[in-house]
Amino acid sequence: MSASTTEAVAQHSLQHHFSTMEQQRESTTLGMWIFLVTEIMFFGGLFTAYLVYRLAHPDVWEYASRHEMEFWLGTINTTILLCSSLTVALSVHAIQLGHRKLCAILLFITVLMGCGFLVVKGFEYHKHYVDGSVPGPWWHMHVERPDGSTMPAPNTYQLFFYLYFVMTGLHALHVTIGIVLLAIIGLWAWQGKYTAEYHNPVHISGLYWHFVDLVWIFLFPLLYLIAGK
Amino acid sequence: MEHISHAKTYWVVWAALMCLMVATVVLSRVPMPGPLNTLIALGIAAAKATLVILFFMHLRYENYTLISVVFVAGLFWLLIFFGLTLVDYASRHVLGVPGH
Repeated sequence: MSASTTEAVAQHSLQHHFSTMEQQRESTTLGMWIFLVTEIMFFGGLFTAYLVYRLAHPDVWEYASRHEMEFWLGTINTTILLCSSLTVALSVHAIQLGHRKLCAILLFITVLMGCGFLVVKGFEYHKHYVDGSVPGPWWHMHVERPDGSTMPAPNTYQLFFYLYFVMTGLHALHVTIGIVLLAIIGLWAWQGKYTAEYHNPVHISGLYWHFVDLVWIFLFPLLYLIAGK
Repeated sequence: MEHISHAKTYWVVWAALMCLMVATVVLSRVPMPGPLNTLIALGIAAAKATLVILFFMHLRYENYTLISVVFVAGLFWLLIFFGLTLVDYASRHVLGVPGH
């Protein structure tokens, strides 16, 4: 056994069913990727539903995206998530070098950005509620005719908003889980639980946060950026 | 051994992501024929996703033929999901299924 492995065994960071720290690290990373692939399939069902209904009602999607989506709030949220991915990547980098306070601080900044994302999302949801574009009993959305008068939106418009709320809602749930996860990991990093030799939890929680960012990277153009004219 | 990137790499990738985001927002406001807007938006999203996966998620550095296989298998299954669903839905009006 190498010196660092002996030390890791002494600190209980090497679990007994692994031979080396390297094997343990590769196993946890692989396990996390398999989980993330199941998450891709999970969101894949919603993206498939989106694809089918958008192809069936392209004009409805275009109208709803252009008139009902909060373009700027969506852009702000995209910026927030891309920046939070950077801070997570830097926090993993910090712990790789053994800077555990810096790692914790970067994780806490990420948590704050995640909360900011949810606050912005909350404003958007509230706006949709006020506009009557929440499907179900609250639905009273109106659309503009070409001559400028308005009429109650046909039911196909509810389809867009069903998908909008389920997709962004499921994503927001993932953001919430990520916030809790990173807050706990950040706390433990601050307390000195992780070192340059052992930081698998920081690494795989970071992977989870990047995945949340990935989903949003596709949701943003599909919901907010449909063909502007 | 675990690969350690330069912190600078992350900043460069982040800058590229921000540029791509500005590009997708600006291009979405430019009228283009047919589905070109959507295709460009999805192309840029794919480019952003690739950057995140390769650099932020370390796929480029991991020894991981194995992880790449898992990831590509996931994408492959997703394409089966999209593809076989569209074979049905996108062909309905062509074949004249009643009710469509």
